[in-house]
Amino acid sequence: MDVSLDSLYLKTGAFELRANCLLASDTAYAIIGPSGEGKSTLLQAIAGFVRPSGGRVLIGGRDCTRIQPADRPTTILFQEHNLFPHLSVYENTALGIRPDLRLTSEQRNQAINVLNRVGLGGYENRLPGSLSGGQRQRAALARALLRARPVLLLDEPFAALGPGLRAEMLGLVSEIRAEHAITLIFVTHEPSDALKAADFTLMIGGGRVCRPVATKELFANPPPELKTYLGL
Amino acid sequence: MKNLIAIVSMCASVAGGALADERTLTVYTYDSFVSEWGPGPQIESNFEQSCGCDLKFVAAGDGAAILSRLLLEGDRTSADVVLGLDTNLTAAAKASGLFAPHGLKPEGLTLPIEWDDEVFLPYDWGYFAFVYDATRLPEAPESFRELIDDYPDLSIVIQDPRSSTPGLGLLLWMKLVHGDEAASAWSALEPKIVTVTKGWSEAYSMFLEGEADMVLSYTTSPAYHAIAEGDISKRAAIFDEGNYLQVEVAGKIASSENGELADKFLSFMLSEGFQSVIPTTNWMYPAALARDSLPEGFAEIPEPDIALLFSDSEAESLRNDAIAEWRDALTR
Amino acid sequence: MARRANPLTSIAGAAAVAAVALVTLVPVASLWFNADRLLGRNAEFNLAAADIAALRFTLLQATLSAAISVGLAIPVARAIFRRRFWGRELLISVLGAPFLLPVIVAVIGLLAVWGRSGWISSALTMSGFERISIYGLSGVLLAHVFFNLPLATRMILQAWTRIPANHFRIAEQVGMTPRDVFRHLEIPMLRAVVPGAFLIIALICASSFAVVLALGGGPRATTLELAIYEAIRFEFNLGRAASLALLQFAMGGAIAIFVFAGNRDIGFGGGARVDFQRWRSKDKLPVAADILAIGLLFVLLGLPLVAILLDGAPKLATLPGEVWPALKNSILISLSSTAISIILGLALSARIATLSRLPARAVEVFSMLALSASPLVIGTGLFLLLRPFVNPFDMALPVTALVNSAMSLPLAVRILVPAQRRIIEVYGPLKESLGVRGWSGFRLVHWPALRSPAGFAAGIAAALSMGDLGVVALFAPPEFATLPLVVYRLIGAYRTDQATGAALLLVLASFALYYIFDRGGRLGRLA
Repeated sequence: MDVSLDSLYLKTGAFELRANCLLASDTAYAIIGPSGEGKSTLLQAIAGFVRPSGGRVLIGGRDCTRIQPADRPTTILFQEHNLFPHLSVYENTALGIRPDLRLTSEQRNQAINVLNRVGLGGYENRLPGSLSGGQRQRAALARALLRARPVLLLDEPFAALGPGLRAEMLGLVSEIRAEHAITLIFVTHEPSDALKAADFTLMIGGGRVCRPVATKELFANPPPELKTYLGL
Repeated sequence: MKNLIAIVSMCASVAGGALADERTLTVYTYDSFVSEWGPGPQIESNFEQSCGCDLKFVAAGDGAAILSRLLLEGDRTSADVVLGLDTNLTAAAKASGLFAPHGLKPEGLTLPIEWDDEVFLPYDWGYFAFVYDATRLPEAPESFRELIDDYPDLSIVIQDPRSSTPGLGLLLWMKLVHGDEAASAWSALEPKIVTVTKGWSEAYSMFLEGEADMVLSYTTSPAYHAIAEGDISKRAAIFDEGNYLQVEVAGKIASSENGELADKFLSFMLSEGFQSVIPTTNWMYPAALARDSLPEGFAEIPEPDIALLFSDSEAESLRNDAIAEWRDALTR
Repeated sequence: MARRANPLTSIAGAAAVAAVALVTLVPVASLWFNADRLLGRNAEFNLAAADIAALRFTLLQATLSAAISVGLAIPVARAIFRRRFWGRELLISVLGAPFLLPVIVAVIGLLAVWGRSGWISSALTMSGFERISIYGLSGVLLAHVFFNLPLATRMILQAWTRIPANHFRIAEQVGMTPRDVFRHLEIPMLRAVVPGAFLIIALICASSFAVVLALGGGPRATTLELAIYEAIRFEFNLGRAASLALLQFAMGGAIAIFVFAGNRDIGFGGGARVDFQRWRSKDKLPVAADILAIGLLFVLLGLPLVAILLDGAPKLATLPGEVWPALKNSILISLSSTAISIILGLALSARIATLSRLPARAVEVFSMLALSASPLVIGTGLFLLLRPFVNPFDMALPVTALVNSAMSLPLAVRILVPAQRRIIEVYGPLKESLGVRGWSGFRLVHWPALRSPAGFAAGIAAALSMGDLGVVALFAPPEFATLPLVVYRLIGAYRTDQATGAALLLVLASFALYYIFDRGGRLGRLA
């Protein structure tokens, strides 16, 4: 499903961000740019947590600007607090199917299967507090999978992990993305992440979002502002 | 910080005063006595004019608090005179052995009863009475019998005898009038009691706010409203059975180093310089002032024909059982 | 996880525990060992049947008052958390106001609304209905809810804002209904905060006395505190007062153990919180519920406060000169006791946060017992203790400040402990690794995170101290009056008008202090 940011204008206090671009279906995008430029805010606007001051967000051609987060075809993973500390891994995941946790046995199996898929088989009854950082984000990813929304937004959920683990998680996401033809938009600070998992990259800075550029091309011929950001 | 300085300088002046041969007389009394609208300031200046001394009032809460403070301090107390106990407390005060006989033969006392206490001298007195607002209650009971048996819709607010002196006064009043029937009298009165408060202030405020038709207070209370506020709607009910007295007294401390000055003060207490201040500051009858010297407004206060009072030893011995009786009657 | 306490925290924590002992065990012991001083009666532990009845009623009214206050505070706090409306900040600030009213003023305010000739009764009789009578248990509960609902609301509201914003986002994303949100997010939070709030309020209500008498309707509504008062003031029986005070502590301790048994604080993990605004509401139902909750708050709290304001405002002009030095004294006492309370509270909460569960609970419960201490027992006990060594008059300011601070310490601790735990959770490792310790550690790491709760705690402490009347009586020299004392003196001299004005001045001054501290803490907090 494609995502169209139509003259989108976000403003809170002194912060401003403008975006006008089309993100194609079944494609992976990285958003890169300095801290505080609004990478998270942009994702939250797509997911429906931030109300735009102007413009529209269209997803799959449908105007979603005034639609509740739950009713949008999107799932977002945050950097932290993706899990409820008092619910088990299974329950946290199952929320992706029914928020009141009244699951049929078929749905229960589905949840268990997805947990197996992300490598958390056998962890169903554990509380998040007893998991490692990587395992917690796997559980959150499992819930995103169960929600099966065509657009997946990652607000640096793997930023706190080591480079090896981060690469592994991103690999897992890429696999899943390809399997389900998902549109993936993720925020990152690492050029290597973008090169590994993103077909296109959007640069963000100076209060605006640049049009997507093919990732390999972008890093082969970095424009001056990317050079500054990368410290080249 | 200024207060600390004030306290320090106060202590210094005490010491300095002693050197300069100006003695300080310390009088423990209750809060409202020393406040700027109470009798304290005027009495202080009147006494100091004649005694060549420094009169220092120390406020120690309400009447009951003065005695408990004194007992806590024992014979190391800095008080020379204690002013503000009533006859319900004097038995306990005497039992402490802290007080010395006053040795005076008071003349011209205007109490409605004989006074022969050798330790304590009265300075003012009043009748307990149920006070009401004639605009809200055109007809009021004229006896306990009427209060209890008639006026089915009447409401009263009283004070708890376990925490307040008027409350204790009413308890003894009921006991004196009803004797062994006191318990059933309380039970019969119970439906009219809106509530029982910790002290006079709560009860009187609630009455003024219209929470009850009558409040236990003094026959002199309406005088305040008439004289200070020009409001003549407040009345005190005079009961056929008689109204109970409250007599406020003072006594001197046996261990005082200023015995002579204390004697002087007690004599002064019964003279005009003290007595004439009392009516419109303490809102009680002065204990030794001729009727015709009372200020306007006081003369109009209706007076009961019968004045009731237990002796202090009777009051002390009755208290515990009467409280139990009262509590049982009202909780049944 | 870094669970080591630095020596400074330990020493300050011990000082805080000592301060609590100073208002709890020390006065009781002092009374006990001086029992023979009064009329030669020796100390013996005796309780009359009436004391047992008083104990039963105390327990009943305290637990009911706390249950109702906390029960109502939940929907009210949720409404305030969920809604953005004009005057919201002011409302949050006003939530400190009733707490600091002198009893007699609060009672008059309540009666202006609920009394036999109050607004509600007048409206009822005008429409041909019977007027209401609140005297009895219902009156006591009404007053205690008036005093404590705001406190409960503030404590619960604070816990609500501690739920990470992302949890609400996830809840919204997976399409939870308000009921699901309540079940999955809010109940776990409430389970962590409600027992503490309940306990604090129950203990405060347990030592209430003048309110209980005034609105209780008769001797049926009798608390242990009244029996203590009677024992000291009329029976001169210190031994009995000491044993009643012990009974009161035992009761407080029992409630504490009962409340905390099986309860556990849930950590929500670290991370910066964002002021998350829920700007959409799908359901009409929660909107109605929230309007109802805030309306309830207005009726229970707002109306009596309005009554006090209307009554007192015209009389502010008639204030006697005596009130100004009294106001100064009150503010002086309030500021010093607030300073002590916050310093001790920071130290003790930091210490508690480093302890493991059981000792942490034990220390906290012990500190809470200060709430059920009788001001009269404290005053008398300390008076007896200090009297042989110093002139009590010289001690009026320090004693009152210290005692007031110990009385508000439990609140400060309860408010600060969650923030302290969070600091250890979030910044502990970082702090250790950077070697940021001591003063700079406090200034750079702790203070920014503690500012907001400390401001709130300081506001409450200042307000509590302004309204307090209990302890100063035995120590105050004649020139030294506090504002609540002046209010009572004015009423005692029939000057109800001036008293109402002075009471309003007291309310305004205490509210100003509360507001300054609370706002000061919340301004410029971390986003």
